[in-house]
Amino acid sequence: MRWTSSSSSAGVPPALRWIAAAFLVFLAALLLSAAAPEKHLSIYSTAANYSLPIVQRGGRDYVGLLEVLDPLGTVSVKLEGPRWRIHYNNILGEFVTSRTRARVQGRDADLSGAFLLENGKGLVPVASLASLLPRFLGGPVTFHEDSGRLFVGSVSTHFTASVAEDNPTQLVFHFTAPVNPSVATEPGRVHLTFTREPLTAPASPTLTFNSKAIPSATYSESNGAAEITVTSTIPLIASFSNDGRTVTLGPASGAAAQTTAKGPPAPSLAQSNPPASSPASSPSTTAPRRYFAVVDASHGGNDPGEVFSNVLVEKDITVAFARRLRQELENRGISTLVLRDSDANLGIDERAFFANNTRAAVYVAFHAASSGHGVRLYTALLPYGSDDRGPFRSWTTAQAQSVSNSQAAVVSVAAELKKQQVPVRTLSAPLRPLNNVLTAAIAVEISPRDSDLSQLTSPEYQQLIAGAVANGIAAIRDKLGAAQ
Amino acid sequence: MIPRHLYIAVSVLLLAALGMSVYAWHMRGRAAASPVLSADTRPVVPPVAGPTEQVTLFVAYDSPGVLNAQSAQIPLPSDRQQRAEELLRALFALYLDKSSPHPLAPGADIRSVYLVDPGLAVIDVNAALADGHRSGVLVEELTVASLIHTLSANIPGILKVKILVEGKERDTLAGHADLTDFFDVSAVNQLTSQLQSAP
Repeated sequence: MRWTSSSSSAGVPPALRWIAAAFLVFLAALLLSAAAPEKHLSIYSTAANYSLPIVQRGGRDYVGLLEVLDPLGTVSVKLEGPRWRIHYNNILGEFVTSRTRARVQGRDADLSGAFLLENGKGLVPVASLASLLPRFLGGPVTFHEDSGRLFVGSVSTHFTASVAEDNPTQLVFHFTAPVNPSVATEPGRVHLTFTREPLTAPASPTLTFNSKAIPSATYSESNGAAEITVTSTIPLIASFSNDGRTVTLGPASGAAAQTTAKGPPAPSLAQSNPPASSPASSPSTTAPRRYFAVVDASHGGNDPGEVFSNVLVEKDITVAFARRLRQELENRGISTLVLRDSDANLGIDERAFFANNTRAAVYVAFHAASSGHGVRLYTALLPYGSDDRGPFRSWTTAQAQSVSNSQAAVVSVAAELKKQQVPVRTLSAPLRPLNNVLTAAIAVEISPRDSDLSQLTSPEYQQLIAGAVANGIAAIRDKLGAAQ
Repeated sequence: MIPRHLYIAVSVLLLAALGMSVYAWHMRGRAAASPVLSADTRPVVPPVAGPTEQVTLFVAYDSPGVLNAQSAQIPLPSDRQQRAEELLRALFALYLDKSSPHPLAPGADIRSVYLVDPGLAVIDVNAALADGHRSGVLVEELTVASLIHTLSANIPGILKVKILVEGKERDTLAGHADLTDFFDVSAVNQLTSQLQSAP
């Protein structure tokens, strides 16, 4: 039987057609409105973790300021005509309807959009929170504006992931604090969504594992939530243990037979907790992506390093140098991973583990100091004794086998710095994680050329140092690569 | 009627009281103007009994970031452990002096030094040293190397050194120098050689 348009519509009155079309349009509009999810802002602090709705006004995202501050302290609001005054603890903020500037503690604050009053509720642009909240809270906030996630202070939850190729294969996530994600599955994927946990990104958003059953996991953030998506070739179920600090994804019943053959543990790039001893040479090829150089911006998060002034701290300078060195190395065709590319807490052991797990040829840690002049280059001052056991190398003296390569790197970098007339000195130092890194490892401590500390933030000075360090590493690329 | 001599006695006493008041007021002003002795936060240690001996202290100089050997005559007791403590106290006295080449935090002190055979020395410093120490790789390792090398150069047989703060292990001195492991004295000797050469 053939169907034609004429046969399907034959005999239907025009009025009925119009009614049907209107119904379809209404249905489509209803579906579209339901499909657009409500936007949320998630706020994480030591006092509370909470989520607030974001409203759109004039193409901008807005949020109620009272609702933002209320869970964090004592708040009161007073409305006087177009003026809206908010008291947070002892801090007074004054806002005027339609004005793009406000006053907090008598000082101007830019709102990056007009302040709105709706039924006595004060709305501020979401984009202004990063600059506005520190004025009220008296401390830093970290705002992931694209994903609507705001971290007050240094609150954060980190995680590591590792695949155990036991029978059955399992992917184990360890979190630094209890978590309670919602778990959703679809064919080939498992989604762990964290709305109330201040989960922060791993060094690389994509974690790959040497497993056919669970090849990878990705970290992403959107709409006030963090999500880990695990890809798998077998159905997985999640189980929680260790008071919510460990989430294990294992095959659902009946799927275990599809797991790969039993093999050695395959730690992922994101695994952080080092074992008491790390394998000297693991036969498994576990690193998903290999980098020639790992650049580490020392300190970070609640570890500021040396505090030079109210606005200048070591942790910020090291990030700037690390980014420049990455650029310089990649310009020379050297693949580079920066361990800390934001103001995140990263433990010393985690740094060493990332460096070892990526099997990089060289590890470079940046430090900055107000004392001295020029640059000091350090290799590890190894601690006393070694408890290497068979194929396992002592964590504290893991660097022992690479000391000569580290010294070669220091000599090469020092030569390049001298070419640039930068005062340079080479020393050993009891500076972790240099001694925990298996490959060539050096630390670069940068001081201003003279007593002017502002040189540390000078793009020219940073570029000069980063360029010289990159030249030094590139000059012995073959030697370092041979040991990789 | 009051006798005349009583008048005279009362008048003399009143004059004396007035004079004492004026003098007391004057002394109060002088005391306020004199330097405050409490600003000297160097800890008070009991006097050491023992003959004066010549020792070599390895003194850190922030500028230009070197460690220099310096002879000193200090009284040293016969007990090995007490000698170690006195050596480091002599070093701290230099660092806490107004003209210190490597200033340490006010109140910084050695709590104890324990010598444990075979070849282990444990240096226990107070919290004032670590809490108030300046941050930086070089400035921290100058302190560490100065302590360890001064000890090992004057007390034979020390192979490894552990530094504690208030009797407890601490991750770093001030954010950089690692204190979690045992320092290898031979490695610190090499570091001292590096630090003795001017940049």
